[in-house]
Amino acid sequence: MIPAAFDYARPADLDEALKLLAGSAGEAKLLAGGQSLLPLMRLRLASPGKLIDIGRIAELRAIRDLGGGATAIGALATYRDVLDSALAIGNHPILALAIPGIGDVQVRNRGTLGGAVAHADPASDMPAILLALDASLAIRSGSGERVVPAEAFFIGAFSTDLAEDEILTEIRIPATPAGAGMAYQAIEQPASGYSMVGVAAVVGRSGGSIDHARIAVSGVGEIAYRATAVEGALLGSDGGPAAVAAAAEHASDGQTVAADFNASAEYRAAMAVVHTRRAIEAAFAAIR
Amino acid sequence: MTSDVMGASIKRVEDPRFITGKGRYLDDIKLAGMTYMSILRSPYAHANIRSIDTSKAGAMPGVVLVLTGADIPYNPLPMAWPAGGSSGVVNNINMPRVLATEGVKWTGEGVAAVIAETAAQAVDALDAIVVDWEPLPVVVDAEKATQAGAPQLHENAPNNVVFNWTVGDKAGTDAAVDAAEVVVRQRVVNQRLIPNPMEVRGDIGVFNPGTDEYTIWMSSQTPHIQRLLLAAFVMGIPETKIRCISPDVGGAFGSKIFCYADMALCLFASKALNGRPVKWVETRRENYQSTIHGRDHITYLEIAGTRQGEITGLRVKTFANLGGRLSTIGPGIPTTLYGRVLSGCYKIPNVYCEVTGVYTNTTFVDAYRGAGRPEAAYVIERAMDLFADEIGLDPAEIRRRNFIAPDAFPYDNPSGLGTAVNGEKIYIDSGNYEPAMDLALKTVGYASLDKAKTDARARGKYLGLGLSTYIEVCGVAPSKWIGAVGEGWGAAMWESANLKVHLTGKVVLTMGTQPQGQGHETTYSQIIASELGLPMEDVIVQHSDTQGTPFGYGSYGSRTSSVGGTAAVKAAGKVREKARQYAAHMLEASVDDIEVVGAEYRVKGSPEKKKTLQEIAFALDLGFSLPAGMEPYLDETAYYDTPNCTWPFGTHIAIVEIDEETGKVDLVRYVAVDDVGKKINPMIVDGQLHGGIAQGVGQALWEGAVYSDEGQLLSGSMLDYALPRASWFPNFELGETVTPSPVNPLGVKGVGEAGAIASTAAVANAVMDALSPFGIRHLDMPYTAPKVWRAMHDKEARS
Repeated sequence: MIPAAFDYARPADLDEALKLLAGSAGEAKLLAGGQSLLPLMRLRLASPGKLIDIGRIAELRAIRDLGGGATAIGALATYRDVLDSALAIGNHPILALAIPGIGDVQVRNRGTLGGAVAHADPASDMPAILLALDASLAIRSGSGERVVPAEAFFIGAFSTDLAEDEILTEIRIPATPAGAGMAYQAIEQPASGYSMVGVAAVVGRSGGSIDHARIAVSGVGEIAYRATAVEGALLGSDGGPAAVAAAAEHASDGQTVAADFNASAEYRAAMAVVHTRRAIEAAFAAIR
Repeated sequence: MTSDVMGASIKRVEDPRFITGKGRYLDDIKLAGMTYMSILRSPYAHANIRSIDTSKAGAMPGVVLVLTGADIPYNPLPMAWPAGGSSGVVNNINMPRVLATEGVKWTGEGVAAVIAETAAQAVDALDAIVVDWEPLPVVVDAEKATQAGAPQLHENAPNNVVFNWTVGDKAGTDAAVDAAEVVVRQRVVNQRLIPNPMEVRGDIGVFNPGTDEYTIWMSSQTPHIQRLLLAAFVMGIPETKIRCISPDVGGAFGSKIFCYADMALCLFASKALNGRPVKWVETRRENYQSTIHGRDHITYLEIAGTRQGEITGLRVKTFANLGGRLSTIGPGIPTTLYGRVLSGCYKIPNVYCEVTGVYTNTTFVDAYRGAGRPEAAYVIERAMDLFADEIGLDPAEIRRRNFIAPDAFPYDNPSGLGTAVNGEKIYIDSGNYEPAMDLALKTVGYASLDKAKTDARARGKYLGLGLSTYIEVCGVAPSKWIGAVGEGWGAAMWESANLKVHLTGKVVLTMGTQPQGQGHETTYSQIIASELGLPMEDVIVQHSDTQGTPFGYGSYGSRTSSVGGTAAVKAAGKVREKARQYAAHMLEASVDDIEVVGAEYRVKGSPEKKKTLQEIAFALDLGFSLPAGMEPYLDETAYYDTPNCTWPFGTHIAIVEIDEETGKVDLVRYVAVDDVGKKINPMIVDGQLHGGIAQGVGQALWEGAVYSDEGQLLSGSMLDYALPRASWFPNFELGETVTPSPVNPLGVKGVGEAGAIASTAAVANAVMDALSPFGIRHLDMPYTAPKVWRAMHDKEARS
């Protein structure tokens, strides 16, 4: 459990980090909270030649009020920081529902939202939550900042839109439509604690029908995805139990469902349906 | 003697150091000039080694030595317990290797070792070793391994069979099964488990070139046994030339009983380095691949009886997977410690069991908490439920109808416990099973079970209740039985205790047993404080070092309190008697007139004429005035070999709820009524029960070592091997009955394994009860959500 030798740099600020990254042409990995990367290195499943430790860059850890119910969460904010942020939790209560189920106390104290998002583990909870919240990701490089919607950011398992010279700086979550409720439902693989299936739902009702539905699923496909067929079936429906159950049946439509020795594709697909229904029902129940 | 400390829930004296990070475990020890070893392990489950090239590794930075099997003077490691030993059972023995030479038999077997100035340099150099492998076909399933056409692991073991061992009356059992009104048959799998102590294993070997002596620190349950095995069977030197030290040991569960390749490697390497210390500490991944596994049985059970629920016969055929080579006592676990207790607490007149030990391309299998007895309890407790279900009888009632009656003890078990060397009987000496079951049933509210099931259905849950009325053979035990060639491991099983009362009156108890977290320092102190009438803080307990402790066989098999504890009581008795004689001398009285009251030695009728133990110890230590023939100093050693094992029993009841949509099983209540005899420290007993119950539930619900068909350990880390977490359990509701063990003066039976023996079957029976509406008769563990969901949704998945 000893990593292979690597070079190590700890830039003082974002600009220095970007310069170091640009100068190390693909051999460097960014180290944030280290809760995913370091175990991989200890098992020598990852052996980066250089680590650029951005973990102490304070400017990337802030949680900012964007006004009107929108929030910007610095990429280096830890899970604990987010749970402790009345602003983030008040604007996006799903974070308080999902984050306590991520890792353990130590992981939540060290692990960062940005790190989890950039790592893009298909079983990670955060990507589905950000998809359901319609979040965008702010990305910096030497040539400036660009902002990418979460849907365009996740490309595949452990693969994102981040280029080798770019750093994820901020997660920007827009205001949820007034009157919407949100919920997260997951079933964990008991050994790792990762979700075999996790479903984030943000739903809103106006008059007698559903006018907002963003449903995202992690653990099931190659990467977290928006269950657009579920959303489509929900929108305009009465949101009653029958409509929700019928919509949830589409939870893994179009996906190649993952399988491993812990859970078959059949089981994951079935659990996607169950947890999609439960998440939607819980999200309705959360509408104030 | 005094009773204020015996039976009291005194806080553990070792805990302040453990919980403040001041324990001294193997990896905390750093010696001057120490080097670090790393072991290259086979990536293949079955392969020949054409060649190994270590030249590049030897030239790597910091590397001081590279070893392959060719460098090892004597490569096989000892295997001490052939099944049935000399009693006519053929054992096709293949012993583990210090480093494999011709070929490897499982993924993770060691083939080379690098010793370097730092641990990182040793690991780096492993990558530079080039092995030319010739991969071979693989078999990981014990039953398939015995079938025609299976890959063959060893030339001397046709069809990969290690042994065929039988116990009981075959003709009688066949006749009973043939004649029975009802016979229930079921194939059950007791899946492979990985022990997972908090502290992994490790060693530090040091050779002293001045004296030709070796010292080895090891995270071990058995330093004295390891000295014997390493000296006699590995190094080929007298025992006097090896000193073994087990510092604080952070859990073991059986996995640290054995003689491992790394121990020998550290000694050989230190000698090759002219005495530089060599440290090796396994990684968790190595622990999973190269330290022993437990269980792994495939069993065909047949239980026969009447429609009224009288069990008349039990016939069992088990394939026991022993791995690629035989661990130190591997064959003994699924034979003596399994087959001989299969009938449990039931009076079954005809029992026959056949066990085939099998080689497969998997990590070797040996004793893991309970060691054979959980496997036996699982078979009989599942069998009782299956039979009750078949005839439509309540599971509690079938147990009641078949319990060994309280007046039937000593009970001579038909699966043949009674075969000690000299014809003396090993029998179940005591028990009273029904009161324990009744107390558990009352506690759980058995009468309202149907209502609880109905209520659960309204919440989308299937509720089930499972019973496990277990019996345990503990306190292993009499040398004439478990030590005997033909039955046991070919050595002895007694314990020893040395008790010194120093000049200051402070007492040191030195034991041959070896704690791994059980709290021995506390419980032994309680015993001695009670026996000598002293405050506990005046008693220090020492252990762990073969230089300075009397010989002992170590701690496992729930034996320390009953065997070691009795040795301690005997040593205290000797001290007390000598003190009494010396008190008579000091008080100018007759020895017969001296009475002992706590730590005071008084002249009967003249209580003002007295000496305290401290005063006696002081004078005896100075030795200025000794009666004729008396030696100075209060220093006594006692040895104890128990005449019989102990027989804890009890009833455990689990209640589970299964989510109808996900198949997820939640343990919602757990009631345990145990009879472990008298308790030295009830808090420690409860702690042992809690841990044991959790471990056994872990097997039922979550744990399982899984190999791919290619012999890769898929559950190779904690990311894929599901260890139980505290938050997954309800509060355990513990009750007790107390039937003191008649075999030892403390009346204790041992409790280290009871929870793990009982709880697996209780939860399994609860899950099957919950699934009964689906017509599911049996599923194999672990009852993971995907497995249970599939069974609920697919009739074909049901047996």
